[in-house]
Amino acid sequence: MNKNLRWRVLTIVAVIALSIWAFYPPAEKVNLGLDLKGGVHLIMRVQTDAALRIETETTVERLGEALTRAGVQYSKLEVSGPTEFIVEGIQNDQAFRQAAIEPDTIFSRSPGAGRYTYTMRPLIATQLREEAVTQALQTIERRVNELGVVEPIVARHGAANQILVQLPGVTDVQRAKEIIRSTALLELKIVEQGPFPSQEAAMQAVGNTVPPDQEIVPGSEDVASTGGGTPTTVYYLVRRAAPLTGRDLRNARPSMDENTLPAVGFSLNQDGAQRFGQLTEQNVGRQLAIILDNRVVSAPVIQSRITDEGQITGSFTQQEAQDLSLVLRSGALPAPMDFLEERTVGPSLGAESIRAGVTAAVSGLLLVVLFMLFYYKLAGFNALTSIAINLFILLGMMAYLGATMTLPGFAGFILTIGMGVDSNVLIFERIKEELGTAKGVRAAVNAGFDRVWWTIVDTHVASLIGALLLLNFGTGPIRGFAITLIIGLASNVFTAVFVSRTIFELLLSRRTPLQTLSI
Amino acid sequence: MQIFTAPNYNFIRWRWHTLALSLLVIVAGAATMVSRGGLPLGIDFSGGTIVVVKFDQTVTEDQVRRAVTGLAGEVGVQQYGAPEDGEWLVRLPQTQVVEQGASLEQGSQQIVQSLQKAGLPSFEVLSTEIVGPVIGADLQQRGIYATLASLIAITLYIAIRFRFSFAVGAIAATFHDIFVTLAFLTFFGYELSLNVVAAILAITGYSVNDTIVVFDRVRENLRSMRRDALDQVVNTSVNQTLARTVITAGTTFLAVLSLYLFGGEVLQGFAFTMLIGIVSGTYSTVFIASAIAILLSQRRRAVTAATAAPSRPDARPGRKTRGARAS
Repeated sequence: MNKNLRWRVLTIVAVIALSIWAFYPPAEKVNLGLDLKGGVHLIMRVQTDAALRIETETTVERLGEALTRAGVQYSKLEVSGPTEFIVEGIQNDQAFRQAAIEPDTIFSRSPGAGRYTYTMRPLIATQLREEAVTQALQTIERRVNELGVVEPIVARHGAANQILVQLPGVTDVQRAKEIIRSTALLELKIVEQGPFPSQEAAMQAVGNTVPPDQEIVPGSEDVASTGGGTPTTVYYLVRRAAPLTGRDLRNARPSMDENTLPAVGFSLNQDGAQRFGQLTEQNVGRQLAIILDNRVVSAPVIQSRITDEGQITGSFTQQEAQDLSLVLRSGALPAPMDFLEERTVGPSLGAESIRAGVTAAVSGLLLVVLFMLFYYKLAGFNALTSIAINLFILLGMMAYLGATMTLPGFAGFILTIGMGVDSNVLIFERIKEELGTAKGVRAAVNAGFDRVWWTIVDTHVASLIGALLLLNFGTGPIRGFAITLIIGLASNVFTAVFVSRTIFELLLSRRTPLQTLSI
Repeated sequence: MQIFTAPNYNFIRWRWHTLALSLLVIVAGAATMVSRGGLPLGIDFSGGTIVVVKFDQTVTEDQVRRAVTGLAGEVGVQQYGAPEDGEWLVRLPQTQVVEQGASLEQGSQQIVQSLQKAGLPSFEVLSTEIVGPVIGADLQQRGIYATLASLIAITLYIAIRFRFSFAVGAIAATFHDIFVTLAFLTFFGYELSLNVVAAILAITGYSVNDTIVVFDRVRENLRSMRRDALDQVVNTSVNQTLARTVITAGTTFLAVLSLYLFGGEVLQGFAFTMLIGIVSGTYSTVFIASAIAILLSQRRRAVTAATAAPSRPDARPGRKTRGARAS
């Protein structure tokens, strides 16, 4: 064995060893995709408009208060869009401008006098949208982590406001979904009137036109008043703007109310506590609606000024109180979410798919190997070695890259086996052809490899282009297909050219020169 | 062992016949597609809801169908996997629900509820898939872009490495394969799912791969067969690579066949698409790609061709006999 050949053999052994080291033990190192392991795949869209509307409503509410304090008269102040509000009928323009300094940092005011349209500055709107998505992402991440899911994926997806969540191996799918989807949009709003037994009754109370700064929110009847019966749905007329939201929370934990029923206690951050103090002070004796995801959970009467502590009571079970404090603690989602896509795979279907994938891969492998041995005789072992090393490299790379094996991934792998022998076939056929020129076995082998090299480069580059675009296009499983295909193509060049040639060279390096080649 | 001993088939002579045959298949496929109102889209692209359930006792299709007839829209009921598994797929089309909050999953809940109420044997929900219209439209667009982008990128690569007429030939062959595959998908009533699109993209790669091998040989032979007409060079090249073309197609076909037979219901469409694509890809390599490359090639070398017209392809030195040891 000459030096060059020894070096080549060592390289091959090293590659195999590295690959095996990377994926051993396979049960731990190779990630299985959702379709094999079972689990949930969700794509959600953050309703960023809603986040902006909340910002606008809060600004309007504060502006209203500021104007009242300054004694500025106006006839109308209302939100006219997610990023827009209007003020009309201003008596004293000078005084208004002095009082309305606060919104100017976020909103731009239309020119004129006595009547203004405020539009959120586009840069700030974009920034707020971005923040909403980022915050939603982080919130979901925290919730998923608290759920204890192993190797979850929470990532931005496709269009700017979409979020992808994958929870492999989750068994209580329903609960996981509830926890993720619960916006936990906590809002504290002052009750104007109510509760009413029906929406119509609430409408009648305001002469069938809800004032622009108010809204009707459904809720459950107070548990205490039902005396243990099933709470029915009631309706509250509340102020539209929420002086306090979940953003002002510092912490939330399960607790007990005065009747030792499960409740959720919360504490507010500094800024929130200050506003909560103000709010409760000004509204002693009125009801404060605690609204969770647009539903009034409870509406206690404000007894006195409260600053930083509060409690949410309602008809919670222990589990619900726990989950609610989990979602409140992990932060509210800055805006509601739409579900765009949901795929759930039960664990039994996953196991079935693994069986199917393995059966298909093994039988495909066997068929190809048998054919190669039958057709190419001893040289077929070359192909067999190539396939085996391909397999090691593929598994090793998948484990190293942390890529997930999916059912289409199996398909990509099987396709790689089929196409992988292509390079072997190309070379073998060329060697056969060259053997006919009677220049001897060594010359034929050399010519076979040299002449075919560029063909192999061209075919692999072209296939790689296709596979890369597939990776770019695909979601989940399809990416698994593309990844196995790409790794397969790369390892294929190595095995079909480098490994296969080394085997031929080993044969040729024997002392008695070969006269024939079993090919 | 050799499949072909010094093959010398005149493939180029058959180019008009084969082009006509391909056109016939494609036109028939297009006609079928149009008559059925377009290629049926899977829920990946059209949006909708699919619930797969497994009953612990066998039920008939009629029983399942009757259980879900009350649901809105055109409800699809389909056996999933082998009949003895008792697995059924129920599909709801995209309803016009606003994609807000929980409403997207109403469909799957309705399916499960109506199955529960129908007094059928107890069942387990194996999987649910709910795709909203936004994602459907998004995937549709991305599928089209990805296919076009990969075709353009591959054309550019071949145009750089070979010449432009070859690139056109390779891409024409690839389009041929895509259309033929779509035609067969239509004939056999498969629907276009994400997996099928992935298979079509894989075929694009396979088909080009196959074609490049022949073109590489043409490029090599153009140097050694200076006195022959391009048709002749191409025909020789196709013959020289014929064994490889057939063997590669064979091994890939075998591998994908096992996928089709054992890969389970999920990969059925994928494997079927690949099987058709491999056959079509091999056919187009031999008959379509080179024919078009020749048609478009300006380097006809007609003058020399006239003198060398009856020349046999194996007149080339060094190709007298093949296989020192045909084992």
